[in-house]
Amino acid sequence: MYVAVKGGEAAILATHDLVAEARRGDPAIAEIEVAQIREQLGLAVARVMNEGSLYDRDLAALALKQAQGDAIEAAFLIRAFRTTLPRFGSSLPVETSRMAIRRRISAAYKDLPGGQVLGPTYDYTHRLFDFALMEGGNAPEAPQARASLAETMPRVPDILGAEGLMEPETPPEGDPTPFDLTRQPVSFPADRDVRLQAMARSDEGFLLGLGYSVQRGFGGNHPFAGEIRMGEVSVEFVPEELGFPVDLGEITLTECQMVNQFAGSKDVPPQFTRGYGLAFGHSERKAMSMALVDRALKSREFGEAADYPAQQDEFVLYHSDNVEAAGFVEHLKLPHYVDFQGELELIRRIRAEREARLAPEPTPIQEAAE
Amino acid sequence: MQSKEPMARRQGHFATLARAGLAEVEAVLAEAPAIPPFNVLKRPETGTIMVEGRAGGAGRRFNLGEATMTRCAIRLDDGTLGFSYALGRDTAKAQKAAVLDALLQKEGPDGPLHSAMLRLDERQKQARAQASRKAAATKVEFFTMVRGEG
Repeated sequence: MYVAVKGGEAAILATHDLVAEARRGDPAIAEIEVAQIREQLGLAVARVMNEGSLYDRDLAALALKQAQGDAIEAAFLIRAFRTTLPRFGSSLPVETSRMAIRRRISAAYKDLPGGQVLGPTYDYTHRLFDFALMEGGNAPEAPQARASLAETMPRVPDILGAEGLMEPETPPEGDPTPFDLTRQPVSFPADRDVRLQAMARSDEGFLLGLGYSVQRGFGGNHPFAGEIRMGEVSVEFVPEELGFPVDLGEITLTECQMVNQFAGSKDVPPQFTRGYGLAFGHSERKAMSMALVDRALKSREFGEAADYPAQQDEFVLYHSDNVEAAGFVEHLKLPHYVDFQGELELIRRIRAEREARLAPEPTPIQEAAE
Repeated sequence: MQSKEPMARRQGHFATLARAGLAEVEAVLAEAPAIPPFNVLKRPETGTIMVEGRAGGAGRRFNLGEATMTRCAIRLDDGTLGFSYALGRDTAKAQKAAVLDALLQKEGPDGPLHSAMLRLDERQKQARAQASRKAAATKVEFFTMVRGEG
């Protein structure tokens, strides 16, 4: 039986005002602007765009402001907004080989064409506080080299591929339209396009943990970071009314190509195998984790045992989406009064029966007393 | 069907306008001697585009995630159609860029709008080159330490 309970309305409305006040903090402190979040918290913005699965830096910044910096709540806001927008179509696949590079490194080759470009990274900082940031002030102007970088830089797996040492990566017959998990239900085993889409929008922390588990032996891959590149890539779209590709502008992407140990067979000589990660914005940890798990999930294709969580597509895909996960975990906060009442009655009855069963017979007690 | 060269030029304009801000599009439009009357065929509309990637950069296509984009279509009274498509949600820019697309199709390549577009494109190229030179300043120049006496 459901018993409708009313009376929370005024309390709920009061929470809206209270959370708005909590979000604002001390009114004597200047309010943060969305543009400041967009420009100065760019890595948080990138994370929200990835997990919200929508590239829009302003909206991601607004989501972060509204959610008080809670990345998952912000991703939820983005997902909700996305459902209100019509979809105009799909882009042509982005050409990461033509990326305007801002960072590109390889842990496999020291001297590679195009070079090691460190770019804007915290990798070589000492992780000591910069207390000058407490005071504010202008950042130093970054130095400029005399010449620009090369227009295109070969992707590292392609260099290995030219020697035949790398598992080839070519489109399947007919270059099929990819599966879209926002429109079709996922079934298992899931193909690589499904897995990559799911991982691109999945929680960075979850993927990081899984990727780490793979390295530690729960999945048996300890790869080389063949290449990590970050920069701007054009998004092209063919509008029906024009019939030719139109450049819609640029987005920032981070791409990771992991080079893993060998697979071969009777017919194919041993080759390095690939793991691939691609993410919106400067999201290196996300792209690397995705590449680790991508390779782990290919275990079936290579005839490897899938003994560990990171190798099991159903486990990874069903638990990696933080908006879904947060929804199910946090639904426990919702009233379960009737369900709980049922449990209470049940446990009281079980205990009463148990006590009755264990209660000593009256006669022996008398004997013992004597 | 347009011949190859004007089509490539128009594609270049789309790319430049997509990367421009509202003020920059307005500045180009201000170069037009007059804005002829036009009808709005498709009001500026914001939606999304699904951005596709390829596994490994060159393999199987997959859906990376969506991006916001805004489009608009107008028709000049003489029938010339103008379109605009750009990432983001700038509806004010979308209509002006669509008008520019129509006007640019009617103007010769030596006209004032074309030169304004060239200047805009040049500024964008310079900004890209500057970003690239800053990245290039972080490029590692390896050298080998010679240890001990030869």
